[in-house]
Amino acid sequence: MSHISSFSPRNSGTAAIDARGLVKHFGDVTAVAGIDLLVPKGMIFAILGPNGAGKTTLMRMLATLARPDSGTASVMGHDLVSEPDAVRGAIAMTGQFASLDEDLTGRENLILLARLWGFKGRHARERADDLLAAFDLAAAAAKQVKAYSGGMRRRLDIAASLIVTPGVLFLDEPTTGLDPTARKDVWRMIRELALSGVTILLTTQYLEEADQLAARIAVIDKGRKIAEGTSRELKAQTGSGFVHVSLADASRRAAAAAVLEKELGVEIQQSAEGAELSAMAGSAEAANRALAALIAQGIELTDFSMGQPSLDEVFFALTGEKSRDAEEERMSA
Amino acid sequence: MSDAPPAVLKTVARPPKPSALSNALTFGWRAMLKFRHVPEQLFDLVMTPIMFTLLFTFVFGGALAGSTSDYLQFFLPGILVQTVVFNAVYSGMGLSTDLGKGLFDRFRSLPIWPLAPFAGLMVGDILRHLIAASIILTIGLLLGYRPEMGLPGVLGAFAFLVAIGFGMGWIFIVLGLLISTPTTVMTLGFTFLFPLVFASNIMVDPATMPDWLRAFVDVNPVSLMTTAIRGLMNGGGSWGDVGLALIAPALITAALAPVTLALYRRR
Repeated sequence: MSHISSFSPRNSGTAAIDARGLVKHFGDVTAVAGIDLLVPKGMIFAILGPNGAGKTTLMRMLATLARPDSGTASVMGHDLVSEPDAVRGAIAMTGQFASLDEDLTGRENLILLARLWGFKGRHARERADDLLAAFDLAAAAAKQVKAYSGGMRRRLDIAASLIVTPGVLFLDEPTTGLDPTARKDVWRMIRELALSGVTILLTTQYLEEADQLAARIAVIDKGRKIAEGTSRELKAQTGSGFVHVSLADASRRAAAAAVLEKELGVEIQQSAEGAELSAMAGSAEAANRALAALIAQGIELTDFSMGQPSLDEVFFALTGEKSRDAEEERMSA
Repeated sequence: MSDAPPAVLKTVARPPKPSALSNALTFGWRAMLKFRHVPEQLFDLVMTPIMFTLLFTFVFGGALAGSTSDYLQFFLPGILVQTVVFNAVYSGMGLSTDLGKGLFDRFRSLPIWPLAPFAGLMVGDILRHLIAASIILTIGLLLGYRPEMGLPGVLGAFAFLVAIGFGMGWIFIVLGLLISTPTTVMTLGFTFLFPLVFASNIMVDPATMPDWLRAFVDVNPVSLMTTAIRGLMNGGGSWGDVGLALIAPALITAALAPVTLALYRRR
């Protein structure tokens, strides 16, 4: 495992989550194969990985919904196994599928949870109404949840996690299945929550989401953490100089890829459309030489740039596999 | 939208931890809301017993008991048992639905009494049993059924129905926890319940059945329940009958309540 970290001291006083060696098996399948995680208080921390990487299982263990087979963890200073009720008092979890009662109205869902937390009568109703207003759901308060759109459900689901301000909020794929507008809404809410001091651990398959929101990112694949750091650190790990070129003629990409591969000596990544190529260049000089070679071959470029790799490229470099984002783009292309 | 956090997202502290009873009553409130929002569920619950009551009384009643009114007198307490036993399947289906939707994950991540969601299911069940039994009894009264033991007998019978519904409910709660498809819970439930309900003394006097079948019918818990409720409503029974009928629900509760808790925690 490549571990890059500018932040490392293990100090339980400042850690919202301190997990060591968490393992979970389901029969013969090892969902989580020994993961350490240290999340300081107040941070947005993203767990990034493809489907089946073990993200959800890891989160369910931290939220006391699944018992680890081995390893230890504390959440807001409470041990996961010996003090599960104290952990539950300090967290809230919004699962991958809206955990709402479809038959009840949005308001009734929130009142139900407020009462379970101990708000009584009028206070439970006031808390529900405050949250409905804050999440732009006041107009739909008296509608059954089954009539809500995906974005409304997700907002209500997050509101349901904020009846009492949690120390740690777990969000399992908070924007999966949402349209771009609803996704931006959820991102805004997550940022606002973090500003108010809530520690947020979110899982995502979307590299852009981790990049946009999280101060630190752990990349998980096949039950193991394969990298961790800030977005910038992860990008730096795959090499500084990335060269991106866009071809005027997509049919020449094989020739262009051959030229780049010869000049740079690394594997060339091709975009979904096939008109764009990118590759790691060891240095700016190498990148310049590669560009010159392309032009010398008469391959016309519409655009080129040098800079840091995207997280897609980082994921590719770390796992040797395309991320789901890239797969989806390829499918829709 | 401004970048500053809205006022409502400012820290809200946790109120004092509510009691286990308060948690259970909150889930009971949820069950009541379900009746308001999904009144159709009552239709499912009472249509079959109403059909049975009408068909058996008017089609078979005369042949089986000499007159339709005599048959109704014999049959009505038994159909109440059948209604409650069949209704128990629905709480298993509801549980399976909740689990499939991730709703129980939220409940399980809350600092509440772990059995509160089940207590809430039970409250819903009890309401369902009482509402369905009241509707069937009302139809019976309109058709000419007369409980000879009067109001105390009817009240006793309803309390007895709640007790057997509570006991039988555990079977389907366990099925609901084990099986993720609500319709499979229903199919399995009815596959198990149909022989129990038909090979009993609900519809007919077992005197004419072959010996091997009667041996089963005589010890079938559904028969014991039917005998007990006939005694409570029509007279001629004993407290011993009631005690005997409550053995099966008590054993089921003792065996399956811990299984329920273990399954719920294991997930």
